[in-house]
Amino acid sequence: MTGDSKNGSPLAHGDHPVADLRGIPLVANRGIPLDLERVARVRVNTSAVERRAQSHVARRSVKKDWQAAWLLRAITCMDLTTLSGDDTDERVRRLCAKARQPIEQELVRRLEIESLGIKVAAVCVYHRFVETAARALEGSGIKVAAVSTGFPAGLSPMEERIAEIRRSVEAGADEIDIVITRAYVFEGKWQELYNEVATFKQACGKAHMKAILGTGDLLTLRNVARASFVAMMAGADFIKTSTGKEPTNATLPVGLVMARAIREYAQETRMAVGFKPAGGIRTAKQSIDWLGLMKEELGTPWMKADLFRFGASGLLNDIERQLEHHVTGRYSAGYRHPLA
Amino acid sequence: MSIAEKFAAMEYSPAPEDPKDALAWLDRHQRRFSHFIGGAWHAPTEGVYFDSTDPSTGEKIASVAQGSAGDVDAAVKAARAAFPAWRALSCHSRARYLYAIARAVQRHSRRLAVLETIDNGKSIRESRDIDIPLVARHFYHHAGWAQLLESEFPDCSACGVVGQIIPWNFPLLMLAWKIAPALATGNTVVLKPAEFTPLTALAFAEICQEIGLPPGVVNIVTGDGVTGEALVKHPDVDKIAFTGSTEVGRLIRTATASTHKRLSLELGGKSPFIVFEDADLDAAVEGLVDGIWFNQGQVCCAGSRLLMQESVAEVLLAKIRDRMSTLRAGPPLDKSIDIGAIVAPVQLKRIQRLVAEGVAAGATCWQPPIAMPSRGLYYPPTLLSNVHPSSVVAQQEIFGPVLAAMTFRTPSEAVELANNTTYGLAAGVWSESLNVALHVAAQIKAGVVWVNCANLFDAACGFGGYRESGYGREGGREGLREYLEPAWFKNAPKLSAPVKPTNQQVNGTEAVGGIDRTVKLYIGGKQARPDSGYSVEVRDPAGKLLGEAPVGNRKDIRNAVEAARKAESWSKNTAHGRAQILYYLAENFSLRREEIADRLAAAVGSKHAAVEVDQSIDRIFFYAAWADKFDGAVHNPPFRTIAIAMNEPVGTIGIVCPADAPLLGMMSLILPAIACGNTVVAVPSETYPLIIGDVYQLFDTSDVPGGVVNIVSGPTSSLLKTLAEHDDVDAIWSFSSEADAIAAKLCSAGNLKQVFTNEGRVIDWFDSKQGQGRWFLEHATQIKNIWVPYGE
Repeated sequence: MTGDSKNGSPLAHGDHPVADLRGIPLVANRGIPLDLERVARVRVNTSAVERRAQSHVARRSVKKDWQAAWLLRAITCMDLTTLSGDDTDERVRRLCAKARQPIEQELVRRLEIESLGIKVAAVCVYHRFVETAARALEGSGIKVAAVSTGFPAGLSPMEERIAEIRRSVEAGADEIDIVITRAYVFEGKWQELYNEVATFKQACGKAHMKAILGTGDLLTLRNVARASFVAMMAGADFIKTSTGKEPTNATLPVGLVMARAIREYAQETRMAVGFKPAGGIRTAKQSIDWLGLMKEELGTPWMKADLFRFGASGLLNDIERQLEHHVTGRYSAGYRHPLA
Repeated sequence: MSIAEKFAAMEYSPAPEDPKDALAWLDRHQRRFSHFIGGAWHAPTEGVYFDSTDPSTGEKIASVAQGSAGDVDAAVKAARAAFPAWRALSCHSRARYLYAIARAVQRHSRRLAVLETIDNGKSIRESRDIDIPLVARHFYHHAGWAQLLESEFPDCSACGVVGQIIPWNFPLLMLAWKIAPALATGNTVVLKPAEFTPLTALAFAEICQEIGLPPGVVNIVTGDGVTGEALVKHPDVDKIAFTGSTEVGRLIRTATASTHKRLSLELGGKSPFIVFEDADLDAAVEGLVDGIWFNQGQVCCAGSRLLMQESVAEVLLAKIRDRMSTLRAGPPLDKSIDIGAIVAPVQLKRIQRLVAEGVAAGATCWQPPIAMPSRGLYYPPTLLSNVHPSSVVAQQEIFGPVLAAMTFRTPSEAVELANNTTYGLAAGVWSESLNVALHVAAQIKAGVVWVNCANLFDAACGFGGYRESGYGREGGREGLREYLEPAWFKNAPKLSAPVKPTNQQVNGTEAVGGIDRTVKLYIGGKQARPDSGYSVEVRDPAGKLLGEAPVGNRKDIRNAVEAARKAESWSKNTAHGRAQILYYLAENFSLRREEIADRLAAAVGSKHAAVEVDQSIDRIFFYAAWADKFDGAVHNPPFRTIAIAMNEPVGTIGIVCPADAPLLGMMSLILPAIACGNTVVAVPSETYPLIIGDVYQLFDTSDVPGGVVNIVSGPTSSLLKTLAEHDDVDAIWSFSSEADAIAAKLCSAGNLKQVFTNEGRVIDWFDSKQGQGRWFLEHATQIKNIWVPYGE
């Protein structure tokens, strides 16, 4: 598929590794020509995937200080998100304030983590609020992510979707979350899907692109795996599970299938693609399960914001409560922590 | 290490399960345990105790009583005393006790899990999430069977006092597999847990007390092999159920031969794990984690022989190495540990020795660069590649976390390699093609086949082996059979002393009327002169010469077994096809009814002969009817899977026919065997072997393919011995004398073939309740459970 790099030859001139997969250095994803044979070779056994996801949760446990560390890591991987019809500029500014200071100073002090400068990875909003967010986050290092391309259905005319990406990038978005046309997956139109994602990627320019597969719509894990491969071949920087608007969103089995696709793609192309589960992740325990899944399947580079994000809105509150419990030994209540 | 440093490292933390409740329980017993006999604790009569240690630390946990013959005797007496009342209880009452046990196991689940982990070294994740929940499930399921016993198993009776010997790899789970079906069917039990892991059995004894199980129904005697031997040899034990090594299984087979104790054996394995190129390879790799790195590979059904289709071998091996690198070995009480401790030093040495032998034979050994504990008994997960089928690591059970990998080219080669073993316990088949998976599953000689899954167990599904992996099933309806027998059979009178046949070597002085008729042996569809070149005179009880019968010897048996093996395609014939041939046999029988009856009359009298012939025709219809109806079941385990319990033929069956009813007796045994797809080598009644002459003509003219039925007459005892010892015979049925039944069992130990005998009891072949039915069909088949999870 990628010829030389498959055999571990030196990286091409100008490339620098962005991550390593259990010792294999990887460069950022540049995409590869569509390889239909590879897509056809995808095999996913649903029952086996479910069993692995189920036993993973019981096989690993993170306790005490380590748990606090993992939860802090979860915060730094968070795309703090608001994607509601009733969003306003003020609401977005509030979210951005929370993004800068996701946990209270008192907790930070007691955890002795001032040096870490814990903040979320990005704030994720509709295009309309990109400028607001960009201004509110200025100088924080927190990225602005915009959902785009006719989110969540992704069915508006192509030109409009491309234009929407461009406008968001111009407005200051660092990251663009695009949605694929799920119909292409159902119809097996891999070339069309590839072209669509590649076109979006081009429109993103320097902005990072996360491809939302709409796994809750795709339904079968085989479809998820195939769509993952096509999106990666087309150059997606991240593949993302869902819009958060589907009947079921990020589940561990879906995450497992996508993580394995990322791993195989990395092994075959020496290129790294990130992963973003989104929707349905609400508890601190879930965030640890997800981080653990990344660690098991891909390794620690995929536990950091460069290659892993949570798309979440309610998760932060529960993590704060757990951190407070860690510090005080008492279970906390939601209302004790500042709203986003 | 500060939180900030942990934030950078993102490693797992220690996550120890707190053992304090289990330790407190041990302390409550002063860390010293007696036998549990007749509902109370009894110190060992000889006052000897041994230590049970924690293999992850080497520390002593408790002292446990060493059972002597006297202790075993006391326990058997208690079980015998409890038996009549326990059996007489209503089904519902027994069901209540089993239900109460299930509930109590759940109430004490964590303590039991921790105890198991301390005693055995297995990870708490496994004891907590797999062993103990399955224990509770087993008792729940069998509480149901206890309730349904009378309606579902009419005319059956409990065996009586059952001696049960269990291994150390799943201590409490194996106890449940043994005790639950035994109690549900009305038996009482003396159980000996493994010497390395007696503690949970003792905790179970306490549960029996707690729920008020009548004293003596369950007795636990701890000890080593000597204790086990005393139990096996105890004259008042009606059945032995054993799980353990094939080696010990053989010893038990021999030791119980002369006593008519019933026997079920669940022995070793070298189970193939077959990965086809169209498998979900990542799923298969996880399957290996559950297959060979489950319980440190100390699992009789571990997928220890990896067979990979050549086209994916490289990729698969790379994935396996990657996955092995993320396994975590360490203190088994840690919740994030995959690989715990090996149970005992002797076991660790065995693993080390076998791996060294494999490497010496050319295997490439790879172990992941993972941290291993510096103390305790640990062996790293190990991948042996470039293993050849002839290598010791491909043949012998290692019982450790060691995977031996080989390649194959085609599905048929995969099957050939999979079956290239003396064992036949389990197999795994990985393919996304249902056609490939089920086709291969059907051809593998193993009691359990997991399609796209590994090491799934459930109380509703039978578990047990083919070949030298033992016989009998545990779990499900099929498992209950092992603890029941036909009520009439239990009460059948003993055979009187065998009548010495008066047949003499031919001396050629006395003529028989009519055209000279030479009866020959029937081998491979052809009439064959005996290798010996001798014949024997056959006389009626009054001494009148009836004819001359060929004298077969061991070479004739050898030829007959070869012919039977070659005719194996009979089993692939459709059941409908087999039925049709049987009906045709009845048709031809009927045509020649008079003539056969006439000849038979000379031996058994005309009235008797006519009944024998007519009943034989009836019996042919009976088994022709059954041929396409003795089908399996689809079990209902609590997973999204179908578990197909298929009745498969046993293979080649050696049948020694009863001395009485020369025709009907023989037909009563050959018919169920061939109706189910087996091939047969039969030794006819020594009192009237001339029956061969009539029977083979019938088989010949009825399109029964050559080799399906082979008949070799001659001296019963010596032919029986040759058959019973023959390693290519899968079962031996002995229905002649008691001495023959004993000899059949003794001689069967070599390849642990299945044995079905009259136990020296009288069977009335003319009584259709006794002479035909499911009892025979069940012995003519073995059940293979094929697990097929589904979902998209």
